Parts: sequence; C-alpha cells; structure tokens
Amino acid sequence: MVKKRIIPCLDVKDGHVVKGINFEGIKEVGDAVEMGAKYSSDGADELVYLDISASQQGRKTFTELVRQIAQRINIPFTVGGGISSLDDASRLLDNGADKISLNSAAVADPNLITSIANKYGKQFVICAIDAKKIDGVWRVTTHGGKNLTEKELFSWAKEAQERGAGEILFTSMDHDGTKNGYACNEYAHLSSMLSIPIIASGGAGSVDDIAQVLTEGKADAALAASIFHYGEIPIPELKRALMEKGIDVRYK
Amino acid sequence: MSRQGKIAIIDYNAGNINSVMNALERLGADFVLTGDISEIKSASKVILPGVGNASFAMEELRRSGLIDTIRSLRQPVLGICVGMQVLCNSSQEENTKCIGIFDSNVLQFPMPSENADAIAAEAKVPHMGWNSIQNLESKLFKGIEEGSDVYFVHSFYPTLGTDTIATSRHGNIMFSAALKYENFYGTQFHPEKSGDTGERILKNFLAL
Repeated sequence: MVKKRIIPCLDVKDGHVVKGINFEGIKEVGDAVEMGAKYSSDGADELVYLDISASQQGRKTFTELVRQIAQRINIPFTVGGGISSLDDASRLLDNGADKISLNSAAVADPNLITSIANKYGKQFVICAIDAKKIDGVWRVTTHGGKNLTEKELFSWAKEAQERGAGEILFTSMDHDGTKNGYACNEYAHLSSMLSIPIIASGGAGSVDDIAQVLTEGKADAALAASIFHYGEIPIPELKRALMEKGIDVRYK
Repeated sequence: MSRQGKIAIIDYNAGNINSVMNALERLGADFVLTGDISEIKSASKVILPGVGNASFAMEELRRSGLIDTIRSLRQPVLGICVGMQVLCNSSQEENTKCIGIFDSNVLQFPMPSENADAIAAEAKVPHMGWNSIQNLESKLFKGIEEGSDVYFVHSFYPTLGTDTIATSRHGNIMFSAALKYENFYGTQFHPEKSGDTGERILKNFLAL
C-alpha cells in the first residue's frame, strides 16, 4: 500500500526559510537548501517550498533556489507561491520542480489548473486551498488569508479535481499556527468525496495530531512547518511513533 | 567529437527530464541528452525518461523517428515511468499501441469514485507517493532489500508477466514495479526521486 506521507513545508523569502505564526510575525530560521537536505536525510517523504517574496527580485532568487534544490535533493519537492500563469509553471518545471502548488491564481482563473495539467500532467498540479469557517460555511480565502472569496471549500475542491488538479492541499486558517490539531472532520470529508490525494496542513502540535489526521482524518499526507523547523518533533522520532501506532509510513 | 562511452538520455519532448539529469549528475555519470540516432546507438547505456501521457510519448518517438532505433539497441536500456510504459505491448491510455519489448500491457487504475474495492482500500488515483517493492529479481536491485520503498506517480500500471522483476501493490491491484527483457529494463517508479534506494538502483543500472 502507498505510505502516508510526512511533508515539511518551508516558507522562503529572498532565499531564506521563514515561518510566520498565523501568517504574521515572520522570523528567519535557516538556509533553504540545507534545511531541505537535512529533512530528506531525516526521512521526510516530500518537501514543499513556498515563495513568500513579494518582489520581482525575490521571485528571481526563488527560481535560482529551485534549481539548487533540484540539484541537491533526491526526493520529490513542490514549489508554490505567486504562480499565476502557465509560463510561471514552465519556468519552475524547467528549473527542476516536481510539482507546483496553485492557490490564489487558481481561484481567480480556475482554467489555469486545466492548462497546466494538460501540458504537464495532473501529477504536476497541487491545488492549495486556504479556508476559514464563517457562520458554519468553509469560505475560501486568497493571498495568505487576507481576501475572503465567495467560493466554498468542498465545492471548490471538487471543481479543482475535475479541472485536473492531482492533489488537494487544504490549510485550515482556523487551525494554522494554533498547534491544537488539524481540522480532521474536513479532511475526512474531502478524502471521501474526492479520488485524488489530500494533504492536510495547519494545526500540527504533536505526534498525536499527525496520527489523528492520517487515520480519522483520512488524509494521505500531513504537512507541517514549525514543529519541524524548531526541532520540536524530529522526523525520525515522528516516523517511529507513527509506525508504532500502526500507521503505514516509510521508515528508513 | 566522439561520444563513445557516454550514457544517452533520449531527448524526445518527454516532459520533465531535469530530475533524471540531476540524479546522474549527483552520481558523477558522464551523460548526454540527445535525440541524435547515431549518438544514441553508440552510447554505453541509454535512458528513456518520460512523464505524462503514453500516447503523446509514442507520438513524439514516432515523430522523431526513434522507434526502430530503440528496438535495435543492444546496450543496457532503462525506461522510467512513461518511458517504461512505451516499451510495453500497449497502453490503455488512449488505446495506444506501444513498442512491444516487454510482454506486459499498461492498464488504468480504477477510479475510487467508480470502484467499491478501490474506495475500501483507499486506493486513490494517481497512485502517488512511496510504496514498497517486492519479488526483486535482477542485478538492478543488488543491495536493495525486499520491501524497500520507492516513489511512484502514475495512473496507469503495467500488468504482471514473465518479464516482471519487481512487484508492487496499489489497493487490490498487484502490478509490475519493474520489468526486464534481455538488455531492456524499466521501472514504473522514479529511481531519480526515490532517495538513497533510488540512487542505488541507478548506480546498479550504470554498473551493468
């Protein structure tokens, strides 16, 4: 059976890894290539790099960084942040990215998912969705949670699948940064209504949180940032603990 | 300029070949990315990469006039993912007739939404991620333990047959994770993305 995946997420600004708490208060934590290599040798199954630079120069630096990551790392990695055209996707693929993650641009132009998937395959396109629950409805947000849209999480996820997304990465803005556990019910619902893999993001605080989202939450992969970056849960320890709980993970 | 002794990666508009080149670079291999028939024929080893769609890949190989070249190769050849699928008899992906080196047919995984067994097994499509390989049977897997995990990304799979040299399972379907016929090898998984295990498999291929 395919293993449940553990994915560290690295937010990158001007070539350096940072992690915001609730997308605020950014603080630098390290070198992007070295951190990725360390996670890979620790047994991470994939890596996600998100470019949070807002500037042209930052984007250029990020592209160069993607090239260096691809040269160094022998596990799959996804890049995201600010991808808004087929050209952006092509540029990242040409520099060695295995997958790209679309977020705000896919909401603005859902056809972007289709055009990239048609050109490079579904496996290349992750649709990332940031949503928060407002009056009982999971509303999709864009631009790091700043803009509230009219889209609803489940119908948008379904549409993204139909348009050619190969995976859904849902971040609950209500859980992100809290370390109180993932939005398990929502992942379980997404997993049962869609046929593509679901990556859970937002809320990891403990081994138990990760175990829960991979079992009750039926997620195919758990993504986390700060618990890894600050060394709170070393990946080998996490993998061993998950295995002891009977969860099928790759353990090296 | 002679390219004798080099490894040829076949260049045929096959999607993302960066990861294969980067992996060979990490291994310090001497390689060239080429669509040139004489360069491919004179290479010490040949790698046929491929990402995306088998029908499209066959079309591109035909357009580049490479199908007979590939058939005629006598040095070790490694097809990766769709590069392996096109070496099979046929693919269900747009009912494509393939090169027919491996006695295996490429079929589509059932979509979980349409298949009760796939739902029960949580066998999502694409089959994406790390999965274990068993029944390892060739020098390609020298030093690789039974049950090692490698990285897969695919929605179509090669059936089991006499050319099978490794198996894997997705949901209730057991399929060929690797195939071999004479000097031709193929992996459905991506050794270039399979961490240290994948690196060892590539090294084994280079040492054939």
